Amino acid sequence: MLNLLLSRLATAIPSIVGVVIVTFMLTRLLPGDPAAYFAGLAASPQAIAEIRTKLGLDKSLPEQFVGYIGDLLQGNLGNSLSTGQPVVAEIATRLPASAELTLFALIVAVAIAIPLGVLAAVKQGTWIDHLCRIVTTAGVSLPVFFTGLLFAYVFYYLLQWAPAPTGRLDVFMSPPTHITGFYLIDSALTGNLETLWGALRQLALPAISMAIFSLAPLARMTRGSMLAVLGSDFIRTARASGLSPRTVIFTYAFRNAVLPVITTLGMVFSFLLGANVLVETVFAWPGIGLYAVNALITSDYAPVQGFVLTMAILYVALNLAIDFVYGLVDPRVRLDS
Amino acid sequence: MLPLLRHARYVLSENPVTGLAFGLFALFLIAALFGPVLAPYNPLQSNAAMALKPPSAAHWFGTDQLGRDIFSRVLVATRLDLTIAFASVILAFMLGALSGVAAGYFGGWTDRIVGRLADTIMAFPLFVLAMGIVAALGNEVINIVIATAIINFPLYARVARAEANVRRDAGFVEAARLSGNGEARVLLGHVLPNIMPIMMVQMSLTMGYAILNAAGLSFIGLGVRPPAAEWGIMVAEGANFIQSGEWWIALFPGATLMLAVFCFNLLGDGLRDIIDPRMRT
Amino acid sequence: MTAVPALSVPALSVENLSVEFRTRSGVVKVLEHVGFSVDKGETVALVGESGSGKSVTAFAVMGILDAAGKVTSGRALFGGTDLLALSEHDLAEQRGRELSMIFQNPRTALNPIRRVGRQIADVLVRHGGATRNDAPRAAIEMLKRVRIPDPERRAEAYPFELSGGMCQRIMIAIALACRPALLIADEPTTGLDVTTQAVIMDLIGELAGEAGMATIFITHDLALAAEYCDRIVVMHAGHIVEAAPGRDLFAHPRHPYSAKLLAATPGETVALEDLASIPGGLPDLRRSDLPACRYSDRCERRLEQCIQPLPQHTVGERHVVACWNPL
Repeated sequence: MLNLLLSRLATAIPSIVGVVIVTFMLTRLLPGDPAAYFAGLAASPQAIAEIRTKLGLDKSLPEQFVGYIGDLLQGNLGNSLSTGQPVVAEIATRLPASAELTLFALIVAVAIAIPLGVLAAVKQGTWIDHLCRIVTTAGVSLPVFFTGLLFAYVFYYLLQWAPAPTGRLDVFMSPPTHITGFYLIDSALTGNLETLWGALRQLALPAISMAIFSLAPLARMTRGSMLAVLGSDFIRTARASGLSPRTVIFTYAFRNAVLPVITTLGMVFSFLLGANVLVETVFAWPGIGLYAVNALITSDYAPVQGFVLTMAILYVALNLAIDFVYGLVDPRVRLDS
Repeated sequence: MLPLLRHARYVLSENPVTGLAFGLFALFLIAALFGPVLAPYNPLQSNAAMALKPPSAAHWFGTDQLGRDIFSRVLVATRLDLTIAFASVILAFMLGALSGVAAGYFGGWTDRIVGRLADTIMAFPLFVLAMGIVAALGNEVINIVIATAIINFPLYARVARAEANVRRDAGFVEAARLSGNGEARVLLGHVLPNIMPIMMVQMSLTMGYAILNAAGLSFIGLGVRPPAAEWGIMVAEGANFIQSGEWWIALFPGATLMLAVFCFNLLGDGLRDIIDPRMRT
Repeated sequence: MTAVPALSVPALSVENLSVEFRTRSGVVKVLEHVGFSVDKGETVALVGESGSGKSVTAFAVMGILDAAGKVTSGRALFGGTDLLALSEHDLAEQRGRELSMIFQNPRTALNPIRRVGRQIADVLVRHGGATRNDAPRAAIEMLKRVRIPDPERRAEAYPFELSGGMCQRIMIAIALACRPALLIADEPTTGLDVTTQAVIMDLIGELAGEAGMATIFITHDLALAAEYCDRIVVMHAGHIVEAAPGRDLFAHPRHPYSAKLLAATPGETVALEDLASIPGGLPDLRRSDLPACRYSDRCERRLEQCIQPLPQHTVGERHVVACWNPL
C-alpha cells in the first residue's frame, strides 16, 4: 500500500510543477506593466515604482521565478489591495466554506446519481431508464448559475421554503465552536442542533444547484459502466452458477462497475470547483470563489492569483486521493505496482 | 456522399429529437445572422419610463432596469454568444488538432511536449484556469475566446493524437509517403483531412460547453461589459432583481442560453451517430 | 427431485427446441426443431461450424439467453421438469446445483476483482453446499479436487494472477462444487495450449466419471470430440443434421455435411494435403424464404424431395440422420 501511495505521489509532482509555472506566467503576463496592476488603479508613478522594487518585478524573469517559488514556500501569496491583508490568511478563513459546500454537493450528487444509474442499467427500457437518459442529457446543458437563480426564485421568493441566500447562517445565528471550520460537523460535534439545522437550511439550495450540475456525468457513467459490466462474461458465469439476483447485481456487477465511476470523479471535481465560483456568486456564499470574484471586480489581482493557485493545488490533491482510492479498490492496480 | 445522406436520414428518422435539434440550430443561426435586423427595438436604447415592465404584447420578454426590450437584447445576444463560442472552438481545434496530429504521427519528443502541455492544462479546474487567463490577459472579449480555446485544447489534442496514431501506418498514408510527399505534406494534406469528420463531431459536442463557459465568465464580470447584450451578463443583471420578483430579466436570457446549449449537445450527439456510431457511450 | 432409474430416462432430453433472435435487420431463426438427449454418465459432443447454434442451444437450456433471444417452441426435460417452462427464480435454484456450465476464455469468465476461493464459496453458500463459515474450507477442498497445487495460497489469488489453464480449473471447481447431474462445457479448451487442453479434458472426464455426471461438450473441433466423447451430435445452421456414437460417425457418416466436416478434420486417417474445405457458407438466417434443409443450397446430393420438411431416419444403433438423400 505504501508503494501505491508513493507511486501516486510521484505522478502528482509534474502536475504541481506545471501548476506553479503556469500561475507564475499568469502573474507576469499582464498586459502593460505588472507593477501598475499590483499597485492599483489609482497609484502614483512613485507608488508603482515602489511596488516594482518591493515585488522584485525589476529583476530578470528567472530571478523572479525563483523569488516566486521562495514566496510560495513561505506561504506568501501577496496582499489584497482592498483589505491590505495577506491573501493566504484570507483564503484560509474562507476555504472551509467552499469545501463544505462542494463536498456536501458531491455527496448529494453521488447519492442520487449512482442508484439512478444502477437502476437505469438493471431495468433497461423502463421509465427509470428514460428518466436517467433525460437527466444526463439535460443535466449537461444546465448553466449552473441559472439553475441556482431559478431555485432561489422558486424556493425562496415564491414558496418561501428556503431561507434568504445570505450566506452560511442566518444573520441572527452565531457560528458553532470552531473545530474543523465545517459548520455541519462542528455543530454536530458540539451537540448544537439548532445551528446544525440552520446551517443545513442555508446549505440546501446552493448545494442542490451544484449537485444537479454534477449529477449528469456521474449518472451517465454509472449507467454506461453498469450496462457494460452486466453484459460481460463473468456475469454470465455468475448467472449460470445460479447466484441470486442480489448477489449478481451488487456483489459481482456493481463492484466492478463502480471502478470507472471513481475515475470519472476527477472530471466531476473539475466541473464542481468551477461551478463553486458561480454558485457562491449567486448565493453570496462566503467562500474563496466569491472572494476571487469580488477581487476581480475591484481589479485586485493578488487574491485572484492566490485563488487560482489554491484551487489548482486542491485539485491536484483531490486527483491524488481519487487515484489512491482507485488503487485500493482495484486489486489489479494494487498488486501490479 | 449519397450513402452518407441516406444514413443521415435513417438516423434522423430513428431519433426525431435530433431532427428537432437541427431545426433549433437553424433558428439560432437565423437569429445570429439577422438578429439586429429582426429585433423589434434597439437593444441598446434605454427608456426609463418603461423600466422593469413584465412581459406584454408590446414587449414579449418584458423590459429591464433601463427600460430596454429584453426580447431584442436576447435576439441580438445570439450573435455575440455564438460568435464567441464558435471562435473559441475553431481556435481550440486549430491548436489542438495540429499539435495532436503531430504528436500522434511523429511520436517521440513532439508527443511528450504536447502531452505535458495538455496534462498541465488539465491539472487545473478548467473554469478556474479560464478565470485566471482572462484576469491575466485583460478584461476583453477576445481573451474569453483565447481562454476557452486553451481549456478545450487538451481534449482536441488527445482525440487528434489517438486518431493520427491509428492512421500512422494506414494504407493511404503509406501511399502518400511513397509518392514522394514530405512528412509535413502527408500530415496536413492526408492525415488531417481524414480525421476531419471525427473532429467535427468533437467540435459540435464542445460548442455547448464553450457557450456555457463564455456565459459563466461574463456572469462574473469577465470579458463582456455593459451595455453589450450577451446572455451571461443579462442573467447577472437580472440576478439583482430576482429577489424583488422581477423574474423575466434573468429568466429569458437564461432559458435561451439553456436552449442553445441543449441544441448544440443534441446536434453533437446526432452528428456523432451519423458519422461514427461506435463513439457512442 | 424424485430419483429416476438410470439408463431408462436420459439426464437431459431436448425436444423440438426453436429459438429466435430479434435484431435490427429482422428476426433470425437461430435454432429450429433441435432435439437430442444425453444419458446419465454419457458424454455427448455438440459439434458444428461457428454460427451453427451450438452455444445458443446450451444458453437456451440454461436459461441465460441474451435479452434479444426467445424460445419459440420446445422442451428441455431435466430430472422430470421442463427447464424452459420454469420461472427465472426456480431455474436459478437448479443452475449451479443440478446443472452447470463452463465457458471458453476462462480468465474473462471469472470475476476479475474477487478472489477465486470466494467465487467458489459463493456457489457453495448459495446452494446450501456449505455454511458461511465452512465455505472457505470447502472451496479449498474443491481446489484440491481439480488438482490445483498449493490450494490454500491459490484460493486467495485473483484471476489475473493465474494462468489460463488454472482459471479453467477454477471454473470447473465452481461448476462442480455442488455435484451437478449435468455439465455443459462450451469450448472449454479453445485458447489453451495443446498440453493444457488434454489435461483439462482428462480432468473433466475423470470428475464426470466419479460422479456419474452427464456431460455436453460443445466444440468445433471434431477430432477432440471423437477422442473424448461417447456420442457426437452434428449441427448445421441451427439444425441437428446427424447424431451417432463417435466411432460410427467416423466410420460411416451419413449426412453429406458430416462427411465434409470429417474430410476437413486433420487426423490419423486424413493427411493435411488432403483436407478439403466445405464449399459455400452458412445461409443468411434472416431470410424468410429459408429452405427446409438449410444445407441444400450447397449440397451436391440435393434432390427434388429436399424442399420438404426434414425427416429423421434411424440408420443404426442410436444413429439418426436428418436427410432425404443420406450417404
